Amino acid sequence: MNQKYLIPLTTVFLLFLVAYTGVEGAGLHRFFGIVIPYLAVLAFLAGFVYKVLGWASSAVPFRIPTTCGQQKSLPWIKQNCIDNPDTSTGVCLRMVLEIFLFRSLFRNTKAAFNRNDSNKLSYSWEIFLWIGALAFHYSFLVVILRHFRFFTSPVPSCIKFLEYMDGIVQLGLPGLFISGALLLAATLFLLARRIFDAKVTYISQAADYFPLFLIIGIAVSGLSMRYFTKVDIIGIKELTMGLATFSPVIPEGVGGLFYAHLFLVSILFAYFPASKLMHLGGIFLSPTRNMANNTRAKRHVNPWNYDVKTHTYEEYEDHFREKMIEAGLPVDKEE
Amino acid sequence: MSNEIKPDELLNKIDYAPGSGNWMDTTASVQIRPGMYCYAAKAESVQTLGLPNARPWNPLEEDWKLPDNWQEIVFQGLKERLERFRTFKVFMDICVRCGACADKCHFFLGTGDPKNMPVLRAELLRSVYRNDFSTAGKILSKIPGGKALAGARPMTLEVLKEWWYYFFQCTECRRCSVFCPYGIDTAEITIMAREIFNLLGLNIDWIATPVSNCFQTGNHLGIQPHAFKDMLEFFVEDIETVTGVNCTPQFQKKGADILFITPSGDVFADPGTYTCQGYLILFQYLKEKYGLDVTWSTYASEGGNFGFFTSHETMKRLNAKMYAEARRLGVKWILGGECGHMWRVIHQYMDTMNGPADFLEVPKNPITGTVFENARSTKMVHITEFTADLIKHGKLELDKSRNDDFIMTFHDSCNPARGMGLLDEPRYVIENVCNNFYEMPPNTIREQTFCCGSGAGLNAGENMELRMAGALPRANALKHVHEKYGVNTLGTICAIDRAALSTLCEYWVPDVRVAGVHELVGNALILPGEKKRTENLRFEPLPGMEEEDDE
Repeated sequence: MNQKYLIPLTTVFLLFLVAYTGVEGAGLHRFFGIVIPYLAVLAFLAGFVYKVLGWASSAVPFRIPTTCGQQKSLPWIKQNCIDNPDTSTGVCLRMVLEIFLFRSLFRNTKAAFNRNDSNKLSYSWEIFLWIGALAFHYSFLVVILRHFRFFTSPVPSCIKFLEYMDGIVQLGLPGLFISGALLLAATLFLLARRIFDAKVTYISQAADYFPLFLIIGIAVSGLSMRYFTKVDIIGIKELTMGLATFSPVIPEGVGGLFYAHLFLVSILFAYFPASKLMHLGGIFLSPTRNMANNTRAKRHVNPWNYDVKTHTYEEYEDHFREKMIEAGLPVDKEE
Repeated sequence: MSNEIKPDELLNKIDYAPGSGNWMDTTASVQIRPGMYCYAAKAESVQTLGLPNARPWNPLEEDWKLPDNWQEIVFQGLKERLERFRTFKVFMDICVRCGACADKCHFFLGTGDPKNMPVLRAELLRSVYRNDFSTAGKILSKIPGGKALAGARPMTLEVLKEWWYYFFQCTECRRCSVFCPYGIDTAEITIMAREIFNLLGLNIDWIATPVSNCFQTGNHLGIQPHAFKDMLEFFVEDIETVTGVNCTPQFQKKGADILFITPSGDVFADPGTYTCQGYLILFQYLKEKYGLDVTWSTYASEGGNFGFFTSHETMKRLNAKMYAEARRLGVKWILGGECGHMWRVIHQYMDTMNGPADFLEVPKNPITGTVFENARSTKMVHITEFTADLIKHGKLELDKSRNDDFIMTFHDSCNPARGMGLLDEPRYVIENVCNNFYEMPPNTIREQTFCCGSGAGLNAGENMELRMAGALPRANALKHVHEKYGVNTLGTICAIDRAALSTLCEYWVPDVRVAGVHELVGNALILPGEKKRTENLRFEPLPGMEEEDDE
């Protein structure tokens, strides 16, 4: 059991050390600052496209949405247009709510069984996974968007506004960004669930722990650069702008911690398409959610529909004719 | 049910905390245990449909008599299905194992077996997919310990047996899919696994034999045409005793308005038979009052489709009869009876598989003028849609009080609920034919409904422990309304439910009985020229008539 999270944990540590010592000890600045990030982004883009095209190349033979509300039937019965959509507008709405608000996860319940006289099974609303997941994804999104300040010059005003809002609590110096702290907290919560909730522990694989540790590593190294160790921010922007404009440079005075941070991010990018993180792309293609429930109203065509051997009425009547005639059932051929 | 596990023993086994350790390490120790599995398909049933590897075999024996190249067949079978079904491919890749589905499965809630968590049921297959099909899995498997890291494992006989055991512990109810943030549908994965089993000749008999019967004889139970007619005529006699009206149905009538198809279970066993009598009464009423011409068919005498639990191809082969018969008889459209998986097949598959039904008309209720727009292409209407429309337009004369002894609740069947969304139509009918209706708790009805525990072909006798464990969540909710409101009847619109829920009630909530919605319609409907009714269709005295009986 332990190895399911000890190996990913050790791996993330080693990756951190490889980059840190590679830069500080062996002076591999160009490798970790230029070669690896470019390769990682390339792997991410190619892998992502490859994976999505792979899914898209598979057929959708049947229209099989999971219906989570009243269908459209008689005009006086109120349809649930979102959870059981029959139009593409409804489907879009359903998808938007799934993608941006994790609507299905919002329904989550927790079952408990009391072995006593009543032997009751009870279900309570379980909101924490939904909150944790929302906190994680949105704080991560804000952190990523904020990082665009390193890849744009001048920094677009929307990024500046986001940064302003993110730091609105005006706590400490440099001012605390809520997103960074929230990202770390949410990731730790998701990790704690995997370690302490027996059911989740049981289903977890190393592949579930690895991205969590990786993101924790990224968050911790990022936070410590901003709030504790301090880094040469001018130098870093020089490097990142160099990457963004395809004229990479290695500035003086940027320490190993930054390169380790960048390396972990690169690993995350490269690992992304080969992992469960592809749920980012997959959710758009999930046929139980992205199809309208109108199969009876509008014919769906299966691209590989093939003819099958059936038992025809003629064969049936040939088999049972005498009995049918005797029972007074109509037949096509009397003899 | 004397030799079976007692309810208390079953409840004692429930523990939702799984053990520690890696679930893959326990594959070898999976015991296919009596009470939890269904018998193997008979060779002759497999042969009827020309499916592969027909032979006698026994799941409890070491040797399953598989073809020598079975691993190759599994690999090719998976490959083909990954290309043909986007659902399968996407669902193999995107699960994050968040665990939201874990305690949503009735089999997990009833057994506590961690391999009944939907996520883990799917992982049984995904672990092999990662080994054989995913790039990351292939790369990782080259380094020592990499397989474990990727959560991958090779296809072995033990894995196959584990698959077989657990994919026949899934009723394809889709409840997990409601809660999954990506809509991953375990039913879809179970369907693929069962297709693979059928490539190896590993079906269960409770599916294979009905399928073979349905193919040859027209219905799952193998009722031959003359016997089918006899059985309906037997109901006609019973109805005449109760109502004084002759409700003789028509068979294979060319040029009728409507072809009616219902699961053969309704013809065969109580309490479905009462539902069937309800249909006969309704059709007699509509014929007498409005001249509606409905025909039955002994050729298309099965609404259900156990082919759906075998493979997509087999489903198509059995389903083809509906359109074929409608075309031969020249009816305007098709009306379908109360059944669960039958309606998933009709609603989400039939038109695609065997359509277009351009030889039929867009369904229009000639009595109310309602055009069933939602069935415009498939041209088949659900009987509760049809009856609800009649009631709404005041076309049925009903005496609700005749059902006053039925204190009702309603069990949403999985397929109409989550594969269609037929939720309010049956409720509307119930509320108009009886006075006492109480809902079970919200987490257990509508799209969150719990399976009866016996769907998808698992309604056999030999797997009773599994069925009763899977039935627990439904029974628990039922017991709640039974104690709180005195509910004594569980209404349903599914033929498998009528059989399975009756066993469920007998085991878990003995004072509750099961009734189809159209049984209540049959009781309440005032037939033209009927005598004074003193009994309901079950020959029980009507409320207020008990004393007259004594006289």
